[in-house]
Amino acid sequence: MFAMFDYEFMRNAFAAATIVALVAGSIGYFLVLRGETFAGHALSHVGFPGATGAVLIGISPFVGLTVFTALAGIGISLIGERGQRDVAIGLVLTLSLGLGLLFLHFYTSYAGMATNLLFGNVLGISRQTVWVLLVMAAVTLIVLGAISRPLLFASLQPELAEAKGVPIGPLSTAFMIVVALATSLAIQIVGVLLVFALMVAPAATSLRLTRHFALGIALSVGLAVSIVWMSLTLAYVTDWPTSFWITALGSAFYALSRLADVFKTLRVAKLARTGPLEKIA
Amino acid sequence: MSAIDFEDVSIALGGRRILSGVSFSIEQGHFVGVLGPNGAGKTTLFRTILGLLTATSGKISVLGSPPARGNAAIGYIPQWRHTAAQLNFTGFELLLSAYAGNRWGLPIASQQDRKAVEAALERVGGRELAGRALTELSGGERQRLFIAQALVGEPKLLLFDEPLISLDPAHQRSIVELVRDISRERNIAVLFSAHEVNPLLGAVDEVLYLGQGKAAIGTVDEVVNERVLSALYDTRVHVIRTEGRIFVVAEGGEVDDHLHDHAVTGHATMQGR
Ligand SMILES: Nc1ncnc2c1ncn2[C@@H]1O[C@H](COP(=O)(O)OP(=O)(O)O)[C@@H](O)[C@H]1O
Ligand SMILES: [Mg+2]
Repeated sequence: MFAMFDYEFMRNAFAAATIVALVAGSIGYFLVLRGETFAGHALSHVGFPGATGAVLIGISPFVGLTVFTALAGIGISLIGERGQRDVAIGLVLTLSLGLGLLFLHFYTSYAGMATNLLFGNVLGISRQTVWVLLVMAAVTLIVLGAISRPLLFASLQPELAEAKGVPIGPLSTAFMIVVALATSLAIQIVGVLLVFALMVAPAATSLRLTRHFALGIALSVGLAVSIVWMSLTLAYVTDWPTSFWITALGSAFYALSRLADVFKTLRVAKLARTGPLEKIA
Repeated sequence: MSAIDFEDVSIALGGRRILSGVSFSIEQGHFVGVLGPNGAGKTTLFRTILGLLTATSGKISVLGSPPARGNAAIGYIPQWRHTAAQLNFTGFELLLSAYAGNRWGLPIASQQDRKAVEAALERVGGRELAGRALTELSGGERQRLFIAQALVGEPKLLLFDEPLISLDPAHQRSIVELVRDISRERNIAVLFSAHEVNPLLGAVDEVLYLGQGKAAIGTVDEVVNERVLSALYDTRVHVIRTEGRIFVVAEGGEVDDHLHDHAVTGHATMQGR
C-alpha cells in the first residue's frame, strides 16, 4: 500500500488534502458552533461562477474562485441575522450555479473543468498548487487564531459579548472572509458541491462528542485529517473517486456520533431505572 | 460617589420615547429591584447603562464616568440568550470563554483566569454544576451559573435582567437571597429587573418602577402605594397587601404582568400563597 507514495501525484494529493483538512476542521468547528453551516455551503457555490468566469476572461480559476467567495462572505455577513436570510442565501446559491453554467456554455473547450470544479480533483494537484494552498492555509489559520477568543465568546453569548465591548459586526465579517478562504481551499480537494462534507461533518461530529472547547477543535481537525487520509488510501485501492470517500466517511462519522448519543441516553435511562433498586439491595 | 446617576435622561428607540426626563440616583452597595410591565423599558435602561444605547438627552454617570461599552467594572446577565442554553459545553468552559473574551488571540485560559472563574463559582455554590453540560442544567442551576459569570473579575456594579423568569417561587427566592448577600458582603450596587415585586420583598433596599416613560424610586413602602403608582401610570392603581404579598392592580390595564389574570377576574386577593 505504501507503494502509492511512489507517485508524485499521490504525494501531492496527501500534502494538499492534509493542509486543507487542518483548515476545514478548525474553521468548520466555529461554523457549526455559530449555526452558519448553510452560509458556508452557499459560499462554496459562489465559487463556481467565480472560477468559470475567471477562465472566460483569461485569469486563473483559483483567483476568481477566491475573490468571489470572499465577496459573497462579506455580503452574507452584512445580511446578518435579518429575516429570510436562508431564502436570500439559497437564491444566491442557485443563481451562482446557474451563472457558472452560463459561463461554461461560452467556454466549451473546458468540458472537464465543470466536473473538477463541482466534485474536486485532488489527484490532479500540482506541486505548485500545494505551495499556494500552504500559504493560503497559513494566512487563514493565523487570522482565525487572532480572532478566535472573541469569536468563541461572541458565538456562545452574543448579547454579553456585545456588552463587554466585542465588535460583533466586524468580527462576523472577518470570520466570513476566513470561511470564504477556507472554502476556496476545500474546493481544490472536494469541489464546490461537496465542501459541506469536509467543513461540517468532522466539526459536527466533534461537537457532539466533546464538552470542551480545545479538545473539540483538536478532535475536529483530527477527524478531518483522518478522513482525507483514509479517503485517499481507499481511492487508491478501489479506484473510486476520493471525493466520494470523503463524503461517505464524513457522513459515517457523524452517524456514529449520533449513535453514541443514543447509547449514552439508553445507559442513563437504565441507570435511572436500576439505581434505586441497587440501593435497596 | 453614587453607583449610578441619571439626570433628566431621555431615551428613544426607533423614534419612540422609552424614557423621558428621568432622574434618579443609586448608592453603592444598594440592591435595587427594577420593576415595570413588559415594554416599560427595563432592558433599554440596562443597555443604556452598559453604553450599548445612547440617551437622546440628559446626563448619565456610571461609577463616576459616562457610560462606555465594554466597561469591565459591570457584571451583566442579559435577558435574551440566543445560543448558550442548547450547548453541549460545560458551564466552566462557558465562563472561561466569556472571561477576557474581548481580548484578541487564542482562547487559552491562563491559570489566573481559571482561578478567577473558580472563585466566582465557589461564591454561588456552583463548583459541581460547572462540570456538567449546560443542556443538563435546570433553569435555576443555569441562572446560578450566570450569576457566577457576572461575578468573575470583581465587578463594582451588577445588572441582572430578569433572572427570575421561568423559575418557581422557591428557586426565585434562593436566587434573590444569593444576590442580596453578594451585594451586601461586597458592597456593590445591583440592579435586578423583574416584572413582579413579590419575590424581591424583604431583600431589596429600593425599587425603581418604570412606566409611561417615567420612573419612581424609593423603598418598597415609599413607591409601591396607590398614590405613587397611580401618578406613575396615569391611571387609578390599587395596591393590595395580604399575607406579606403585594398585588398591584390597574384599572383598565395591567401593571404587574403576573396579576393581569387575577385583576380581570377580580380574584386578586385570593391569590396569596
Ligand atoms: N430596537 C428597537 N426599536 C424600537 N423600539 C424598541 C426596540 N427595542 C425595544 N423597543 C421598544 O422599547 C420598549 C421598551 O422595551 P424593553 O426595554 O425591552 O422593555 P422591558 O425590558 O421593560 O420589557 C418596548 O415598547 C419595545 O417595544
Ligand atoms: Mg426586558
